[in-house]
This record gives sequence, structure tokens and C-alpha cells, in this order.
Amino acid sequence: MNLQAVRAIYVFEMSRFFRTLLQSFVSPVISTSLYFVVFGAAIGSRIEQVEGVSYGAFIVPGLIMLSVMTQAISNASFGIYFPKFIGTIYELLSAPINFLEIVMGYVGAAATKALFIGVVILGTSAMFVDLTIQHPFAMLAFMVLTCLSFALFGFIIGIWAQNFEQLQLIPLLIITPLVFLGGSFYSISMLPPVWQTISFFNPVVYLVSGFRWSFFGLADVPIGLSLLAIAGFTAMCLGIIWLIFKTGWRIRQ
Amino acid sequence: MPPMVEITDVRKSYGDGFEALKGVSLDILDGEILALLGPNGAGKTTLISAICGLTQPTSGTVSVGGHDVVTEYRGARALVGLVPQEINLEPFERVMNTVRFSRGLFGKPRNDAMLEKILRQLSLWDKRDSRIMELSGGMKRRVLIAKALAHEPQVLFLDEPTAGVDVELRRDMWEIVAQLQNDGVTIILTTHYIEEAEAIADRIAVINKGDILLVEEKSALMTRLGQKELRIELQEPIDRVPDILAAWNMRLEQDGLVLVYSYDTTQDRTGIATLIREISDAGLILRDLQTRQNSLEDIFVGLVAEQEDAA
Ligand SMILES: Nc1ncnc2c1ncn2[C@@H]1O[C@H](COP(=O)(O)OP(=O)(O)OP(=O)(O)O)[C@@H](O)[C@H]1O
Ligand SMILES: [Mg+2]
Repeated sequence: MNLQAVRAIYVFEMSRFFRTLLQSFVSPVISTSLYFVVFGAAIGSRIEQVEGVSYGAFIVPGLIMLSVMTQAISNASFGIYFPKFIGTIYELLSAPINFLEIVMGYVGAAATKALFIGVVILGTSAMFVDLTIQHPFAMLAFMVLTCLSFALFGFIIGIWAQNFEQLQLIPLLIITPLVFLGGSFYSISMLPPVWQTISFFNPVVYLVSGFRWSFFGLADVPIGLSLLAIAGFTAMCLGIIWLIFKTGWRIRQ
Repeated sequence: MPPMVEITDVRKSYGDGFEALKGVSLDILDGEILALLGPNGAGKTTLISAICGLTQPTSGTVSVGGHDVVTEYRGARALVGLVPQEINLEPFERVMNTVRFSRGLFGKPRNDAMLEKILRQLSLWDKRDSRIMELSGGMKRRVLIAKALAHEPQVLFLDEPTAGVDVELRRDMWEIVAQLQNDGVTIILTTHYIEEAEAIADRIAVINKGDILLVEEKSALMTRLGQKELRIELQEPIDRVPDILAAWNMRLEQDGLVLVYSYDTTQDRTGIATLIREISDAGLILRDLQTRQNSLEDIFVGLVAEQEDAA
């Protein structure tokens, strides 16, 4: 295992992040605050409580998930797309490294950035609402796993994409709707039965539900199912990436 | 000693079915400078890409330092440094950072003293904290070399290191290459500039349309194919070569003012004395005579033309 290479990629990617640390910090703080103003204050004043939790607190796990997923995807997809776009990928291809090491470096860095933003949002939320986290370790584990699996997914998008439009396409067309319809801002039980059934085909529902369980101890689906969903998603992404590198698809002509 | 790089019957077809390499075999010796000479689209970059792992050969094998580049890619690639033809660098990165990244990528522990040595050798030390986009084109090319050298490779591939580079920098580049050879690095460089191959290579391989046409010691090549030209300047221009001189296969240049006769220096008799006599018999008056040794360029053009005729 070429750990030096993993470290080199990780450090290099993180240095890009640190150069824009202020931006990386400020934008989630602002957007979270806006969500609280709109959802928490405007809507929350009419809903008050969902399943015994104040609406403001109820949306926190969903808010964090929304940002963590989109950040993990965009960081990882950009991270690997950029060398492809600018041509520096030749170095990765000519180095004595295997796909796992490349993935560890890029996905590790992307997941770290997403995790950082998740924590910032959690901190910001704590300033707006009273938050008690019932299962802090489970909460952290869920967040880390989500960062990793969506960074893996983003990595695939970055390799697949052949221009910047495609890079934006999947997050915009698939992820954002799935997340918004994934129970981030409501409980699935609030939906009419037909929509409840449809919702259970949405993988994001399982993540948000599991994550919310770690906060409040209440979930739309059993926690074991949530864990299974995220593990399955991670395994699928890893499998696809392994195939990509084995065949050289979109990397080695 | 076994060859440093062993290329055996490598073929490469791209997705569209185009065959860019048609069974290339070539041994590159430890410590030599090999110039890979060929026109645009000859397959030079493709060959280098197949050796360095950027592209998968369709068939055939390549080994570096005894390691197969596919099955033992770690061992093979650790020995190889690659300077690509295109300037591929991240514009916002700083020189030192990107060079350090390259070293780490190849699994070497951080060693800033080594990187300083490399950057100094390439006259980049003053620019170590500059962003890539603040550098001139020539400097960027040297950054690419620094990146390739950062992990102390034993074999260095330079894909057209002097394309679009001014004369002074080209000489610098040649010097750097010579220094590297002194340090024991095996160097393969591709070029369109024949004078470049002539100036620095130990051996020259000519490639065209995916075929290696010839591999030879530079000096042997120059003598073996060394043709000379006799240029005969006339007092008065003529329209065409007089019939009685037809047997000499001469051509007319400069609006009929210069007769050019090509001959082989390895022949015992060049026939120059007879030619001169016959020219004055034909009533032409000589003004001046010059001879010119064929350059590698002429050899090259000749080889490529031969291949074209054969096709
Ligand atoms: N990715 C690709 N897909 C299809 N054809 C390609 C690809 N890359 C190169 N070729 C073709 O393969 C041939 C050899 O290209 P290559 O880049 O190896 O030439 P070269 O000798 O390096 O030329 P130059 O001196 O212009 O750099 C060319 O005809 C080129 O069009
Ligand atoms: Mg080329």
C-alpha cells in the first residue's frame, strides 16, 4: 500500500480547501441561518411540534444531511474531474498507485470537507434551537458514513463527467430532489399513504431517518434498515469504482 | 546488461479502430539518451503513454528495469519519470507544492533538500513560491521536468521538451539532459527537431505511422546514410539540365543558377572530377563550388519518403 501517495493526494486536496477556508465556513453558516429563518420561524410557528420535537429542532438532521450530501458529492466530483479537465491526471496514471489509493486520497479529502461543513451547520443550528443528541456516537458515525459514501458517489460522477454541465447535472437532477423529498423537512408519516409508499423507494429517506433517530430517538424506518441502506450504497459505489479502474473507462484511452 | 526498457511487439488501436502503433519493438539501454524522431502523428506520444501507464497497449509487452508495466506496475512506474508533451499544471498551485505532491505520489518520503537541489538545477528555486500561472511557458516546462524528477527516477521520458521553446532555453534543456545522463538517468526524448537529436542523442530511433523505421547509433547513422551534395553555381542561369549531363541525375535550384549533385561519401569514386569536366564540355561556366554533408534531417525525410513509396 502506497500510503505516501494517499497522504500526498489528501494533503494536496485539503490545501485547496484551506485556501478558501473562510468561504467554506461562511457560506454554510449563512445558508443554515436562512433555513432557520424561513422554515423554523415562518413555517415552524404554524407547525410547532412534529412527533414531540419542536419543528426547528426537527429539521436540523435533515439540514445537515442535505448539505453534507451535496458537499461530499460536489467536492469529490470536482476533485477528480479537475485533474481530468486540466490534464494533470497523467501524473496519477503514471504513478505507482492503485485505484484504492487514489480513491482513499480524493474521497478521504472530500469527505473531510463535507464533515467539516456538517459540523459547522450543527454548531450554527445549536445557536437557533435547543438541541439534545440522544446517541452522539451514532450521530457522528452516520455523518461520517454519509460523507464517505456520497463522496464515493461524487467520485464516480467526476470520472463520468466530460464537461462542467454534466458535473452539475446529477446533483441537480437527482440528489437535490431526492433529498428534499427524503423527509428532511417533514416526517414521512405526515404524508398521504401513497406518497409514504413511494418515499420508501427513496434511499435518502433511510439516511435522514437514521440520522434523525440518533438525535431524537425517533425514525421513519428501523435503524437497522438505515444502516443497511448506507452500507449497501457504499458497497455499490466501491464496486463501480473498482470496475472503472479495472477497465480504464473514461480514464485510460 | 539487460535493457532498461524492453518494448516487445506493442500494438495500440484506439477506440475508433485506428492503429497508432503497429508492432513496435525497441530496447532502451541503461544510461543512454535515445531520441525518438518522427513527424506529427507518428505515434511517439502513444508509445510513451503505453510505457508509462497512460494507455493500455492492445497487445505486446513493455518492461522497465525488468518489471512488466502491467503486471508489476508499481515496480516499473517507480523507476519512471514522465514529462508530458502538453503543459498540464494546476494554474493556482505553487511550484514547491506541486513538486512535493509529485514526490509523495510516487511513494517517496518528503525530502525538501532533494527538491531544492532539483529546483536549483532547473533554475526554478527563486520561483518556488510562485503560482504556476505567474510563470513563463519555458518555466512551466521546467516545472514539469522538476515534477518528473521529484521522485528520483532512473528513466526519464521527455515528450517534446523543446517544442515552442526559444534557442537559449533549448540549449539549457540540452545541458540539463546531459547533466541527468551524468547522474545515471536513462533518457528518452521525442522531438521533431533533428538538430536536437543530432546534438544530444546517443542513439536515434525513427518512427512513422506507428512503425519504427530504424534504430541506430547516431554516429553510425550519420556515416551510413551520409550523403553529400555538390552545389555548382553557374555564371549564367539555364532552363534545364543539358541532355549530355542527364546521367548524373542532377537537379536545378535557384532559378537555374545552381546545379545540385548528390553522391555517397562511402563510395570509392565519387566521379566529381569527371562531372566537372563534362560540365565545361557542355559549355557551362562555373562560378563557385560548395559541398554539403547531409544532415539527419535529410536522412529522416528520405526514410519517411521511402516508407510512403512502399505503402
Ligand atoms: N485518444 C486518441 N484517440 C484516437 N486516436 C488517437 C488518440 N491519441 C492519438 N491518436 C492518434 O494516434 C496517432 C499517433 O498519435 P501520437 O500522439 O502518438 O503522435 P505523436 O507522434 O506524438 O505526434 P506529435 O508529434 O504531433 O506529438 C495520431 O494519428 C493520432 O491522431
Ligand atoms: Mg506527441
